[in-house]
Amino acid sequence: MTTGPQATPVGAASAATVAMVPPARRSPGLWALAWARLRRDRVAMLSLAIAALFIAVMLASRLGLVAANWDEEIAVSYASPAFLPDAENLEAARSAGIPRPDAGPPVDISDIDPLAPHYGEWAERSAALEQVEGSRRTTLPFGADKWGHDVLLKTIKGSEVSITVGLVAALLATLFGTLLGALAGYWGGRVDDVLEWFYNVFTSIPYILLILSFAAVLSQGLVTIILILGLTGWTGIYRLVRAEYVKHSAREYVRAAQAIGVTDLSRMFAHILPNASHVVLVQFSQHFVQFIKAEVILSFLGLGVPVTMVSWGTMLAEAQEELIIGKWWQLTAAGVSMAVLVTAISLLADAMRDALDPKIR
Amino acid sequence: MSAYILRRLWQILPTLAGVILLVFILFNWVGGDPALVLAGKVTDPAQIENIRRQLGVDQPWWVQLWIFVQQVFTFDFGRSWSTNEEVSRILLTRIGPTLTIMVPVLVLETTLAVLLAVLVAYVRGTVTDRAIMIITTAAMSISFLVYIIVAQWLFGFQLGWFPVQGWTNSFLTNLTVYAPLPILLAVLVGLAPQLRLYRSFLLDEINQDYVRTARAKGLPERRVMLKHVLRNAMIPILTNIAIYLPGLFVGSFLLEVFFAIPGLGREIVGAVNRSDFPVIKAVTVYLAMLTMLVNLLVDVLYRFVDPRVSFK
Repeated sequence: MTTGPQATPVGAASAATVAMVPPARRSPGLWALAWARLRRDRVAMLSLAIAALFIAVMLASRLGLVAANWDEEIAVSYASPAFLPDAENLEAARSAGIPRPDAGPPVDISDIDPLAPHYGEWAERSAALEQVEGSRRTTLPFGADKWGHDVLLKTIKGSEVSITVGLVAALLATLFGTLLGALAGYWGGRVDDVLEWFYNVFTSIPYILLILSFAAVLSQGLVTIILILGLTGWTGIYRLVRAEYVKHSAREYVRAAQAIGVTDLSRMFAHILPNASHVVLVQFSQHFVQFIKAEVILSFLGLGVPVTMVSWGTMLAEAQEELIIGKWWQLTAAGVSMAVLVTAISLLADAMRDALDPKIR
Repeated sequence: MSAYILRRLWQILPTLAGVILLVFILFNWVGGDPALVLAGKVTDPAQIENIRRQLGVDQPWWVQLWIFVQQVFTFDFGRSWSTNEEVSRILLTRIGPTLTIMVPVLVLETTLAVLLAVLVAYVRGTVTDRAIMIITTAAMSISFLVYIIVAQWLFGFQLGWFPVQGWTNSFLTNLTVYAPLPILLAVLVGLAPQLRLYRSFLLDEINQDYVRTARAKGLPERRVMLKHVLRNAMIPILTNIAIYLPGLFVGSFLLEVFFAIPGLGREIVGAVNRSDFPVIKAVTVYLAMLTMLVNLLVDVLYRFVDPRVSFK
């Protein structure tokens, strides 16, 4: 087992001996070079644009700019998508088949009705109320669900939960993994032993069991699912970040920083972290994708978001029953939007890994 | 070698202690008072108090921990809180259906993935290679849920090639009638990521010096691929399969839920939904133990697969 440098405080570091060289033209840094490489990759730029679009729509929905009225029942049940003009509609077809009863003259029961004196008053009051003929639409751009909600708006609203969970959980897992990995890799020794033990404990339980165990004891909700994914998903990042720290903490630039009296904290996060950040960034995007998929499955099983919220997972759960009666649009909307986002981020992560890899020039 | 195995077994102990501690903290502390969980199922307060005494929750925490440790090593987790079935019996009866699905999946998936990976590595850099990579990326981005829902609807309901769901007591009927569709689905979905992974393992080997030597001495490309590259790439491939092995017993819980297969995966999802802690605890601890043993076994097997590895 490799150990990092033991922290020995260097007291008398004389900065005076450092020759003052006027800074020459700055050579482009790692990030500038990586960005330049990424710019040339057309697939990566397209993926970036798609991911940005999804996140922009998600933010707009979160701020209430779009899809705020997704739960209005604006169409008939299972209204067809607009691009299917002659697709028959369940409710329309059913109501068309039922003959209307003949509307004869109403039976006059005023001579036996004790409420008869109020008839005039009622007629007056009902006339005073404005009546509007409500009409429900029979088609919508992407159809409607069982209750007549617009599937397009519902998908946008669902992206809010799915992307938020993926993003925040990935941030949490990355934060945990990076922090613990940095501690273990930098300090080595006892700290490393303890954290390795922690890592072994978490990885010896099959991942899905770990998630389900957490789900069993925590109450249901958006925060819970983020916590579950974040608390169980840090192990992969920890492993990689730890390896980077073990490698870097023995390097000369870190030794040099130590020699001029830079604190441990600053060496860990100001000096080594930027050099390990490409690993963190790629891992973050891969976990983002993984957690979006996980949220969909957990919500489907009823372990994720509560039933009052809509996510791509709950949409797929509804879609399973709809498919049997031939209503495929909700399944397609949720499935395709998730697939597009996941593909875009996966491709972007691949491109970023290539762009940030100094060996490929 | 026996000294190595003994030392590795010794190293497992702290990890096992950690797993037991983690599960204990989750279910006895974070999970709250089991009596409250049970309160929804039982209403009589005297009965709840009785249950608390029976479960040992009225004891201080170290006694509870000791009870839990005893449970782990005597294979006696008591009875399920919901069905009153013995937990050990639940584990034993649910493992069969899970393995009926998962063993064929593992065999088919690995064989197909290795074969296809060799073929793709053989045509590396061509349009076919790129096309297959794009197809696998797209295939991997679609949720497993969507695959299951669509396949069950299409092959089970619309076309009627397979039963939509079901299970019997006869192993042969299960394997030939009810298992094929879930197996097919799991193989198809698992193929894409494995194919990509194995391709990268093969490509790592292709750039090695010994491959150039083999080519230089005039071996045909097919022989280089199958004899030299594949045999060396088998080491990471086997590692990957070993990592996958413990998951075999959990099975694909989604498939089990959808196809009503009475396996361990479905049991766990059910147990989570009805807060049946003993079942989840037992499965988690035993599968963690199994994982550790499999990892040890793999490390020992390396010695035979790769002569460069020595027991330190």
